[in-house]
Amino acid sequence: MRKYNFGYFFHEGLSNMFSHGFMTFAAIGITVACLLIMGTFTLVAVNANSLLKDLEKENEILAYVQESYTPEQAKALESKLKAVSNVTSATYISREQAMEDFAKQYPEENMFQDLDPQIFRDRYAVKIENLEQLSQTVRSVKAVEGIDGVNAYEEIAGGFITVRNVATVVCVALIAILFVVSVFIISNTIKLTTFDRRDEIAIMRMVGATNGFIRWPFVYEGFMLGFLSAVIAFALQWGLYAAVARGVDTNDTLQLIHVIPFRQLWPAVGGTFTGAGILMGVGGSLSAIRKFLQV
Amino acid sequence: MIRLKDVEMEYENGTRAIQGITLSIEDGEFVFLVGPSGSGKSTIIKLLTGEVEPCAGRIMINGFSVSNISEKQIPLMRRTLGIIFQDFRLIEKKTVYDNLAFVMRAVGTAPKEIQKRIPYVLKLVGLEKKAQSYPTELSGGEQQRVAIARALVNNPNTIIADEPTGNLDPERSFELMSLLLKINELGTTVVVVTHEKDLVDRFSKRVITIDTGRVVNDGVGGYVGGSIHA
Repeated sequence: MRKYNFGYFFHEGLSNMFSHGFMTFAAIGITVACLLIMGTFTLVAVNANSLLKDLEKENEILAYVQESYTPEQAKALESKLKAVSNVTSATYISREQAMEDFAKQYPEENMFQDLDPQIFRDRYAVKIENLEQLSQTVRSVKAVEGIDGVNAYEEIAGGFITVRNVATVVCVALIAILFVVSVFIISNTIKLTTFDRRDEIAIMRMVGATNGFIRWPFVYEGFMLGFLSAVIAFALQWGLYAAVARGVDTNDTLQLIHVIPFRQLWPAVGGTFTGAGILMGVGGSLSAIRKFLQV
Repeated sequence: MIRLKDVEMEYENGTRAIQGITLSIEDGEFVFLVGPSGSGKSTIIKLLTGEVEPCAGRIMINGFSVSNISEKQIPLMRRTLGIIFQDFRLIEKKTVYDNLAFVMRAVGTAPKEIQKRIPYVLKLVGLEKKAQSYPTELSGGEQQRVAIARALVNNPNTIIADEPTGNLDPERSFELMSLLLKINELGTTVVVVTHEKDLVDRFSKRVITIDTGRVVNDGVGGYVGGSIHA
């Protein structure tokens, strides 16, 4: 492309956008909506995934040893626990150590300082690798002879997994549907422009303009529609995310949820929005101009 | 140079528009292509511009074999032609200057060359003072001269004028034809498609008469043969 054509194509694309103000507004509106919905579900999925990862890092379940077991017998269970699938480590905690740990949690409570270690049980701090297999792992640990019970946050982990999976499925489905809708709307907007300029296109073809030359202004129009939509959607997504994050942070019942700060996510969100917006815009324009380029 | 050899053309609806036409137009010639409505004149223009493909025969135009031209070569072939339409086909929202600049840009001409060429062409057609006018501000004759300027501006080898005087009164028609003759004298091949017998008879030029898709006469000095109907 010659350098003086770049300015011409840009100018033509821009004037195309203004020639059908309402349709341009509609195309940008629907694309922004699509990007926002896609972005919101993706961010929910990303946050749910991050929470799961956090839980996985800290996911320590306690496996209690039967009271009748001597310390030696209890220690001998370590290898059996480590052999359980999905278990990464099993650390023995004696009842004395458990009492000390408990007392340390409440240094100002005198009544906890003189407890008899016998009221505690020998136990193992068992770390697991994949939280999605938590229930199965808990069952396997319980099945180890000498283990009396297990303390695990199965319901919480299960909740996060459900949220993440639902968000991922909805996200993928919505992306597919909304992407097609956006391309269709943008394509129709640009079809209006091409219809409006059909005489110019016919003249260009008649004087020997190449298909590329005829196509570029419309590609620029689509590009600008997509890019503008991405910028607007990004700003709205930022505002929406910040508002939701503030709401979660200040809500006492949602203390367990830690929302990823937007400053960690904006490059990915911005890049994805820009890429998706431009893809929708350019895809729409190419589909609109196709029939006008037949010789 | 234009060569048609045994060209046949049949539309999808079964109409046989061209039936074995063979003709030749040399560089620098001025030719009238005449014939009644439905005789096949418009189809010949479509064949020459590559809008339709012949069913049989060969077409050569300015070094391009139109009968088996590739899609990429069609724009290059069209750059050797300047087309003038009966209904002018000017872009109303662009000034005269911009109408001309538009077709120069379309073939990738540099802005400096555009600025240099347009005043020259407008002067040639006598519209140098109308550069900033819009087509709707011009008379029919002036609009057709803009269309001629637009056909000329990319410096084509051949100008094909399809009923260029169809919307003009006899005096304006004669002026326009004189302008095309002047352009021809500068070296451009000119093919004028018309059905105006009186106008053709006023110029002593080669006349190719088409009827029912065949060449029925080819000679110099006005129309010879059957009548020409509007």
